Amino acid sequence: MAEVTQVERPVKLAANFPEIAIEGVTKRFRQGATALENVSFGVEKGEFVSLLGPSGCGKSTLLKLVAGLTSVTEGTVTVNGMTPKNARELVSFIFQDATLLPWRTVERNVGLGLELERVARPTREETVAQMLKVVGLEKVAKRYPRQLSGGMKMRVSIARALVSRPRILLLDEPFAALDEMSRDRMNEELLRLYLEQQWTVMFVTHSVAEAVFLSTRIVILAPHPGRVAHVEEVRLPWPRTEETRMTEEFEHEVGRISRLLRGVKPGEAREVA
Amino acid sequence: MKRQLWLAANSLVVFLLLLVVWQVAVKALHVPAYMLPGPRAVARAVVERFGSLEQSFLLTAEEAVVGLLASIVVGVGVSLVFAQFSLLRRVLYPYTILLQTVPIVAIAPLILMWAGPGLISVAMVAFLICLPPMIANTTQGLVSVEENLVHLFLMHKATPMQVLLQLRLPHALPNLFVGIRISAGIAVIGAITGELFAGSSRVGEGGLGYSILYASGQLETDYLFALVVAAAVLGFVFFFAGMFAEWYFLHDWFDGNLTEVP
Repeated sequence: MAEVTQVERPVKLAANFPEIAIEGVTKRFRQGATALENVSFGVEKGEFVSLLGPSGCGKSTLLKLVAGLTSVTEGTVTVNGMTPKNARELVSFIFQDATLLPWRTVERNVGLGLELERVARPTREETVAQMLKVVGLEKVAKRYPRQLSGGMKMRVSIARALVSRPRILLLDEPFAALDEMSRDRMNEELLRLYLEQQWTVMFVTHSVAEAVFLSTRIVILAPHPGRVAHVEEVRLPWPRTEETRMTEEFEHEVGRISRLLRGVKPGEAREVA
Repeated sequence: MKRQLWLAANSLVVFLLLLVVWQVAVKALHVPAYMLPGPRAVARAVVERFGSLEQSFLLTAEEAVVGLLASIVVGVGVSLVFAQFSLLRRVLYPYTILLQTVPIVAIAPLILMWAGPGLISVAMVAFLICLPPMIANTTQGLVSVEENLVHLFLMHKATPMQVLLQLRLPHALPNLFVGIRISAGIAVIGAITGELFAGSSRVGEGGLGYSILYASGQLETDYLFALVVAAAVLGFVFFFAGMFAEWYFLHDWFDGNLTEVP
């Protein structure tokens, strides 16, 4: 057992510094439903943590708490030692759908955050142009979202999240709407950027394969109410490429996590309508 | 495109056929001209009295434009306030619906009594019937923004003003133009209704509505028909101007249909 827990890390960790700390968090909605109950775990700097679990386990709620878009009922969430709201500068959020503004061209969508933060135009344009190159969209800079495919829209969304140079990335099922091919390609690209930028990442997904491929650790949540069921290191070597998906290790790991996920039992608390 | 042209040609044929039937019927049945003039008589009236027709047309157009523009400015302003203060919206929104259900013919005399006859009071009648669809459609666009988009703005520390002007307002543009399209059509009706009550101190200087009243009083039925044709043309012009504005401002990025709030 000892040798398997010693997992290779792609990004050097800063002395177990919990960049995101979730302690005893309970979230109840006004209507009475409990989304999360006594959830605790930490995400270290440079970690890629996926949240996995059936619907109703509060994955998305958890992400919104970390982003400061909703508040806890009990417990605390700290991001880099600050309240989530104060830490927003460090954080970028990528939503399930691309959430682009249809009246803005690609480049103006990507520059949105900088514009809202009143970054001067020359700096803004330079940063945007750079980022469009990173995600391979420099040719469609002047187009409107309606002229793009689903995969391209998601790329714009990612570019938009990256221009503000975040340290922490929160992704809420970002590739769920894509076909499998595009999804795999986006995953590889995300990993490449992760290794390059050394973010701390929290990633919500329904797909075990996606979680295994991307993560250093996987948090499996149980539903009704949302609780932490398992926290698992991903035993898969780095760097990971498209070849990784063909290996036995990968398949084995996907199987292991899937079994854990299937073993998760819902609690007593049913959602109150 | 070809199919559309074909359909347009068909409509034109139907129209011409109607004119022929009309003309023949009037001739054959010896209908007196003051009851129902034939299309030729109407055409003659248009040509012979084109000057006063044009004057009435332009006056009504001006009143309708003033009313429409005022309804756009006030409607968008009210909608922005509604979008920002939901409590205010919930309290006041029913009254905009109420405004719509009050028959305009019933309040037009009041407005004229208060504001006196003239362009302002006629434009105000047009304004009043244009306002509810402007508010209803624009407000709907402003408040129907996806929650995630608001979150996105909040993540970048956007101020409430930034959310309103850079997210909600552009998001509401398609709805706003639906409102303009609806209001443009009824602005002309409003202006003509207003004129029916406003009248004019000098003969021949009233708008279409006043002239219709005058012509019917004088049994100048051929001119009355000419005025009706002018009113229809004016309505068309407004409606298509609204459609064009919508296309001009939105065709770059917007493709889709919206549900109208009448």
